[in-house]
Amino acid sequence: MKRIESREALLELYRELAGEREKEEKYIAVCTGTACLANGAQEVYDAFKEELAKRGLDIQVKKGEGSVSLRGTGCHGFCGRGPLVAIHPRKIFYQLVRPEDVPEIVEKTVVGGELIDRLLYEDPVTGERVLHEEDIPFYKKQMRLLMAANGQIDPKSIYDYIAIGGYQAMAKAILDMEGDEIIQEVIDSGLRGRGGAGFPTGWKWEDAKKHQSPVKYVICNADEGDPGAYMDRSLLEGNPHSVLEGMIIGAYAVGATEGWVYVRKEYPLALENITLAIEQARELGLLGENILGSGFSFDVKVARGGGAFVGGESSALMASIEGRVAEPRSKHIHATESGLWGRPTVLNNVETWANVPIIINKGAQWYAKIGTEKSKGTKIFSLVGDVNHTGLVEVPMGITLREVIFDIGGGIPGGKEFKGVQTGGPSGGCLPQSQLDLPVDFDTLDAAGSMMGSGGMIVMDENTCMVDVARYFVKFLTEESCGKCVPCREGLKHMLDILTRITDGEGTMEDVELLEELGYVIAHASLCGLGKSAPNPVLSTIKYYKDEYIEHVRDKKCRAGVCKALVKYIIIAENCTGCHVCFKRCPVGAISGEPKGIHVIDQEMCIKCGICKDVCKFDAVKVV
Amino acid sequence: MAMTEVVVENVEQNVKEVLARYGNNPARMIEILQDLQDIYGYLPREVLREVSHQTEMPLTRVYHVATFFKAFTLKPRGKYTIQVCTGTACHVKGSYRVLERLEDVLGIKAGDTTDDLMFTLETVNCVGACALGPVVIVNHKYHAYMTPAKVESLIKEYREQ
Ligand SMILES: Cc1cc2nc3c(=O)[nH]c(=O)nc-3n(C[C@H](O)[C@H](O)[C@H](O)COP(=O)(O)O)c2cc1C
Ligand code: FES
Repeated sequence: MKRIESREALLELYRELAGEREKEEKYIAVCTGTACLANGAQEVYDAFKEELAKRGLDIQVKKGEGSVSLRGTGCHGFCGRGPLVAIHPRKIFYQLVRPEDVPEIVEKTVVGGELIDRLLYEDPVTGERVLHEEDIPFYKKQMRLLMAANGQIDPKSIYDYIAIGGYQAMAKAILDMEGDEIIQEVIDSGLRGRGGAGFPTGWKWEDAKKHQSPVKYVICNADEGDPGAYMDRSLLEGNPHSVLEGMIIGAYAVGATEGWVYVRKEYPLALENITLAIEQARELGLLGENILGSGFSFDVKVARGGGAFVGGESSALMASIEGRVAEPRSKHIHATESGLWGRPTVLNNVETWANVPIIINKGAQWYAKIGTEKSKGTKIFSLVGDVNHTGLVEVPMGITLREVIFDIGGGIPGGKEFKGVQTGGPSGGCLPQSQLDLPVDFDTLDAAGSMMGSGGMIVMDENTCMVDVARYFVKFLTEESCGKCVPCREGLKHMLDILTRITDGEGTMEDVELLEELGYVIAHASLCGLGKSAPNPVLSTIKYYKDEYIEHVRDKKCRAGVCKALVKYIIIAENCTGCHVCFKRCPVGAISGEPKGIHVIDQEMCIKCGICKDVCKFDAVKVV
Repeated sequence: MAMTEVVVENVEQNVKEVLARYGNNPARMIEILQDLQDIYGYLPREVLREVSHQTEMPLTRVYHVATFFKAFTLKPRGKYTIQVCTGTACHVKGSYRVLERLEDVLGIKAGDTTDDLMFTLETVNCVGACALGPVVIVNHKYHAYMTPAKVESLIKEYREQ
């Protein structure tokens, strides 16, 4: 790789690479994000490689007319439909692709220009086949500022990033702008932190700039502790240079010399791609001494997180980089004054950093037009749970929950009722049907008792028990509480005991009141954000689903059929065909019945594992 | 079933090599322990002692880090590590039922290893494939849309491999 030493050299490289890309007649983009890989995308990629080689079409082998290049790209977002493949230049979008389909795709579509109907997405409403990604309802209402490049570039190639205009914002920032100007631009853009709390990014930078120190740090928080969210991972995996570029700009603005990316260990591909991106940027001279001849020097290191939720909290994260256990400290002094190793430090979330190059490229004014008055830009959500189209969605702030869940997500599968949507992870809350028309922005969600959080959006249908969900989060937080402060450590333990009592059918009405009281104390007396927000899942479910709590306590009933102690499995005689499958599969022999006869479950023996319900093809097993 | 013996070898040498990777800097303790765990599959007592010895850090501090983070384990692990995602999306899709079934079939609780050192059962919080839940990972291979009914054949598949 040749070092780039000036703006002109960067521009020249860009022109050359962009030109090459334009000439690239045909390319196949196979999504190799984590979810698609889990669905077999690697096998699909390999099959393409083999097939192209066999036909002598591989551009790696033969350049020139008719040759085809193959790219493994980052996450396209439509994860529930993976593996995804896009055939360019026509941008034909195939989903649920299997390795067996590959020879046919190459033969018919890549070479012959024909479509393969069964691989196209079928609109569930109109029944029509959809040709292009952007015409699928899932993508239509999205606004993909940050995610768009994911599907177009190979995240392992810095040249791919440069070819789509990468590092131009950095060049503009470090060569044409003063630190204060950049900070003003970020303030004017209205960008707020995407890591959860929504703190204005520009203010944070301004504060760090103010504090004089020969050494300052910027950190990228890629701990992504919310156990139902994966957008940070997808950005780091799919477009690591955009995050890096944001960090360089931020570092220049505040006068930092060293950066850290803190990635959780459970994300091996993200670790690999960001590490590679840093190496490549360093080789090209986009990191290191005297970047583009500007006189500004900056380098970045990667730290692996140890897998603790609290490790994503800012002071705990810094402790962890310093090699100590990830315990938070109280924040009388801000990290912008004394953070990592006692130096002024700016910590921002992955998605926050990725927004920065866009703001510098397009300007604060342009950016501030997107979103609501106090929440600007877009937000990526991981839309998961009981929703038809699961995956990552990027939407402008201010869109309603209903639009996200029903228009983009396609509603609830199996004709079931919507019950709630959880946002904000363990620090957030559940919102019911009545709140669906709320606009998605920081302040509205806060006011409704939930929060934006880092971007988990878990949709729940009628088969989800809200008391169980509250218990789930409290259990998670009890395990993840670092134990340093008493309200969080002891308070959560008691909350968990009470919630367990209720789901076991042994709760009393006083228990529900006690939960509210405890919640108040924990929220006000805890040391860090983990404890302060921990009662949210409980308080919000009591607020919106109190009747379910009451049912558990008074009627010993779980209407969703989740709480084991309160439900039984029975076989509906009219539906039972006597196929005998449940009899064979029951692990404890609790089912009796002859083939072709009606089957019955022995309630004494039943362990409520649910296998009979899973294997029954005739919907004869009911949970009551 | 008799507990299979685990041999811990080359402790001094391995610790030395891993420490060198991080410039003998105890501030990189998390990564040091992760790399050592990659070698042994877990963090044997001897290894923690040796780390403390070579870095001149009190053993209590090494132990504190090794027990604080979920990524570390102080017990030997099985040939196959089965990770059940208990992230929110997977939970809502019923991963707790899959976990219970695995516990039943393997006869161990989450966090434990079978006596024949075949399987270690663990829970993880979100592995980034929420759209495919419930997700179970066996030695890095993802199994999407798991149900309790699929558990037995999954275990059988790995036992026979
Ligand atoms: C318990 C806890 C866990 C957190 N986990 C994360 C996380 O995984 N990722 C993240 O970006 N921020 C996390 N945060 C928020 C960080 O403390 C910090 O506010 C954020 O990274 C700042 O970046 P931003 O301003 O760009 O959002 C967490 C906070 C708390 C209290
Ligand atoms: S919740 Fe299981 S993969 Fe995210």
